[in-house]
Amino acid sequence: MIDIDLTMVNWARAQFALTAMYHWIFVPLTLGLSFLCAFFESIYVKTGNKAWRSITKFWMTLFGINFAIGVATGIILEFQFGTNWSNYSWMVGDIFGAPLAIEGIFAFFLEATFFAVMFFGWNRVSKKFHLFSTWMVAVGSNLSAVWILVANGWMQNPVGMFFNPETARFEMENFAAVVFNPVAVSKFVHTSSSGFLLASLFVLTISCWYLIKGRHIEMAKKSIVVASVFGILSSSYVAFTGDESAYQVAQKQPMKLAAIEGLYKGESRAPIVAAGIINPKKQPGDNLNPFLVKVEIPWLLSIMANRSLDSFVPGIDDLVYGNKEQGIESVESKIVRGKTAINNLALFKQARKENNDQKADMALAEFNMTKQYIGYGYLDTPEEAVPPVALPYYAFHVMVALGSLFPILFALFLFYAYRGTLAEKKWLLPFGLISGLLGLIAQQAGWIVAEVGRQPWAIYKLLPVKVATTNLAASNVQITFFMFLIIFTLLLIAEIKIMLKQISIGPEEEN
Amino acid sequence: MKQGNLAIFNNIYSFYRDGFRGMVLGKKLWAIILIKLFVMFFVLKIFFFPNYLNTNFSTSEEKGNHVLEQITRNASIK
Repeated sequence: MIDIDLTMVNWARAQFALTAMYHWIFVPLTLGLSFLCAFFESIYVKTGNKAWRSITKFWMTLFGINFAIGVATGIILEFQFGTNWSNYSWMVGDIFGAPLAIEGIFAFFLEATFFAVMFFGWNRVSKKFHLFSTWMVAVGSNLSAVWILVANGWMQNPVGMFFNPETARFEMENFAAVVFNPVAVSKFVHTSSSGFLLASLFVLTISCWYLIKGRHIEMAKKSIVVASVFGILSSSYVAFTGDESAYQVAQKQPMKLAAIEGLYKGESRAPIVAAGIINPKKQPGDNLNPFLVKVEIPWLLSIMANRSLDSFVPGIDDLVYGNKEQGIESVESKIVRGKTAINNLALFKQARKENNDQKADMALAEFNMTKQYIGYGYLDTPEEAVPPVALPYYAFHVMVALGSLFPILFALFLFYAYRGTLAEKKWLLPFGLISGLLGLIAQQAGWIVAEVGRQPWAIYKLLPVKVATTNLAASNVQITFFMFLIIFTLLLIAEIKIMLKQISIGPEEEN
Repeated sequence: MKQGNLAIFNNIYSFYRDGFRGMVLGKKLWAIILIKLFVMFFVLKIFFFPNYLNTNFSTSEEKGNHVLEQITRNASIK
């Protein structure tokens, strides 16, 4: 048994989740709204119509509020690394240092420089240079998101590195492999495009509120047209990148795919569960039905997971207990190899202390033979390799259901806007009004799928979450958990209050 | 050449000065940003989030040895 205070681990995990989820309220809106501002301003520069300038300035103000409230909330995650996750932060420092430094440089030079021109430069620089600055803010915001997602992608699929047993660090061997890690690439395109979608829904929400109230009607209609076009394009892109993301999960993290689908017994020509209720009593290895009720679409999971109709998709039981027919090794066997790796690492460390080079070389050679299993050596039982199933399963299905609804909503808004009857469609406007909230729920569900689905690993297969933490008392983390809850809730209230005030004032030049 | 540089510097300075002076909502947002950064760096970071390894160990070697100790503490090498 590993003598770790699991209460501390769970509080540290809850604190990180809380901070990341609050942070993730602000970030996707920044990613998408920056591009929408660039679109509005491009139309203004192209047409010279002052109404578009007014529209641009209005949405830019809301973008600025969101940016100001959200900026630096992610820094708290880095504080937590140093305090609660010291083993992890030491081990990944060499890998994460470069991407996070690049993110800082991008954020500072691209965003900060052009951000000032975007807000202060309306009457000070040429129209074209102002437009260029707005586009640079959009590009810069999105590029700075690349690097944090490269870091996250590496945790899900650690590539381009080797473990140095002398320093206990993962050291970068191939920068390009880390940056172009297929999991990181699919994560970035899916995440950023979902931000575009959320921002389009945000514009729809506020514009619908104006239409319901009968205020700023022309501005609202124009905004809805641009947001709906961007929303439809983004929805298609989200679907495409989501499919690629699912494929990467199937190839690199099959346990996560099995969990989000509630799939216990693997099968060929596997169906996808369109909707269903998980059996809460179901455990790996038992004979209970995983679902109380479900609706399936035949073959789709095999196609999604392997791009092949006949392919086998492993379930949780196959991955935990092994499946000789499919060449899947059991977790029990991996635990044995993992423990061998840990023992040889300890032997190596002891030999180094004793200045016994021959013993150290032998231990290192043995360690290298099993080092890819090291993470499994920390698991107490094979079932510990299974993430919680219900949470990622429901989150995944909520995300997909909402993601399928949004393009229909955008198409309806665009259709009625084209026919010039949008303001009269009183039945449609309430759907637009709540769409921003639904977009936020889909965003948070996406993070739950990605992060809960990869449990128990901090670094996939190499470092479980429970070994990544610092040996602290749980009470230390509990105090700061509630402090963050208060601080972030206050920030969210501030954002909502300032935004609501600005929305009630409306576009400046119309008044 | 020097006068040219000075003019550019003055233009940039007046651009930012006028921009900050002309802010309405922006002043409130800057206040929120500064308060937030103060709370983060001068309260949370100092009193609640010390870097565990930097606080307890002074050299990289000591930090590495400690982490190595942590990740191998349940090894059986007798």
